[in-house]
Amino acid sequence: MQLWMTLQMITRPLILAGLLLSSGLSFAHAQQDALPTSEVAPGVFVHAGATELMTKENEGAIANVGFVIGSNAVAVIDTGGSAREGERLLAAIRERTDKPIRYVINTHAHPDHVFGNAAFDENGTRFVGHKNLPQALAVRGAFYIDAFRRIMGGDLIDKVRIVEPTLLVDGTLTLDLGQRNLILRAWPVAHSDSDLTVLDEQTGTLFGGDLVFLAHVPVVDGSIRGWLKVIDELAALPAQQVVPGHGPVSNWPAALLDERRYLEKLAADIRALVAQGKPIRSAADTAAFSERSRWKLFDDYNARNATAAFSEIEWE
Amino acid sequence: MLARHCRFLLVAGLMTVTPIGAGSIQAATPDSFDPWPGLVQDIFNNRQIDEGAGIVAIEMPYRAEDAAIVPVTLRITLSPADNRRVVAITLVIDQNPAPMAARFELGQDSSVSEISTRIRVNNYTDVHAVAELSDGKLYMTKTYVKASGGCSAPAAKNAEEAKARLGQIRFRQFAKATDGPQNGTREAQIMIGHPNNSGLQMDQLTRLYIPAFFINELRIWQDDTLVLAMQGGISISEDPNIRFAYVPNGAKRVRVEARDTEGHLFQGEWPVENSGI
Repeated sequence: MQLWMTLQMITRPLILAGLLLSSGLSFAHAQQDALPTSEVAPGVFVHAGATELMTKENEGAIANVGFVIGSNAVAVIDTGGSAREGERLLAAIRERTDKPIRYVINTHAHPDHVFGNAAFDENGTRFVGHKNLPQALAVRGAFYIDAFRRIMGGDLIDKVRIVEPTLLVDGTLTLDLGQRNLILRAWPVAHSDSDLTVLDEQTGTLFGGDLVFLAHVPVVDGSIRGWLKVIDELAALPAQQVVPGHGPVSNWPAALLDERRYLEKLAADIRALVAQGKPIRSAADTAAFSERSRWKLFDDYNARNATAAFSEIEWE
Repeated sequence: MLARHCRFLLVAGLMTVTPIGAGSIQAATPDSFDPWPGLVQDIFNNRQIDEGAGIVAIEMPYRAEDAAIVPVTLRITLSPADNRRVVAITLVIDQNPAPMAARFELGQDSSVSEISTRIRVNNYTDVHAVAELSDGKLYMTKTYVKASGGCSAPAAKNAEEAKARLGQIRFRQFAKATDGPQNGTREAQIMIGHPNNSGLQMDQLTRLYIPAFFINELRIWQDDTLVLAMQGGISISEDPNIRFAYVPNGAKRVRVEARDTEGHLFQGEWPVENSGI
């Protein structure tokens, strides 16, 4: 992959220039300041999100987003954390291909993954998600927009629209991009209540969404017990590499080791606190603290994870 | 990464700070308007409220990690030499849509010395605890908490599990670690499975606000002696959780009765254990 990426970096400007000249692709899109992407496998492109919180400065571009090009069509996997990131992702796609974007797949309802949807909302593009996604977006969408407008400002958020999926996944679903199948799978409550994975069969590349975190501390917004319950099944997916929701593209299933260790430690620490009769407030400053040096954004999310996990585990 | 959002949002659901995935939210801007004078009029009928240091204390994290689940502890610090007792404590979250979170009535003979629960916090806010003493005087203490979005945060991260526990009541008994059993103080906890819908959360399918639906009455007895009663509002978190320290009177059982705003009655009864955790 290293070699591939190096070649890619060298050749991309040449290809881009050629495409612009020869195919008449819209300069408007090119001027849109395309999101930088790398080709992590043939026909599979990823923009690596910053391991940060969503801010005005990073334009919400904190999650990994990508696209897969088949012989007839393109599928987009997550659209980013602002209207602008969605537009820049579209520009990146149009630098690579003029094939129609037939599918936009959202791996779950969180704003850093869906706020760019509006850029792709046109005839002929179907939005695809977990069967629970419409409900999750309906419940949270307005809340997220309101909250992030305050943080990131109207320029980045005013154009955000919640676009509901019309193609829902319950179990598995195969999308055909032309000589290229994407296998979508809907998961029970884990990271969130609408987690969906996307496997590109041809290259063994898995888009794990936020079921897979590397470097960025995992965030539990669904069920820690549910997440630990699905992790073995997740590991059994026939992939060679994973594009996590956050963190570097990595080998599969080794990419799950850190996350599993963190979640198991958090659950074990919380179970011990509950068994000792400790109050919920004790969880925020102690649970999983042995993991602190191993993760970015630990101080931003661990206490919340611990509080939520406590209120779940105390009912066991 | 939504979790962070919530922080500033309340966790996405309830308020503020709920993080969710990878995104995150910063805090809401504090509201400069001080609603407290108006609340004194509305809730306490403009009665005089004195400074409550040495009577009642309130503990909350300064920054709420999950605005839908903010732990709060009320502690009675009235000197044993004072011949009055605390009759009731009212918990007020000034900036919440319904500021009066709860009124706890303390049983006359149960020596309740501490009450902890979890609340929703919708904005950066002062939180007041007002103690009413047996001579009728009111005393208040306050703290400030940074959280937001707790009241409008989406209900139940895991709707199926929440439904499965509706109406369940759990009771746990603990020894009071700091005092030990010598002075007879025990800690106990009541958990009630209930969505405690705030009326500010939207239904996923209908897009209408879910009507407020919450535990508004809770009573805890040892045998037939009242230990603690709570009148609750929408600011009490989902799955209401009340932990309290009291002095057992030798009763054989603890009884709990809770009612919600639709009139459902939830009841439970447990034998008193001699040794807690």
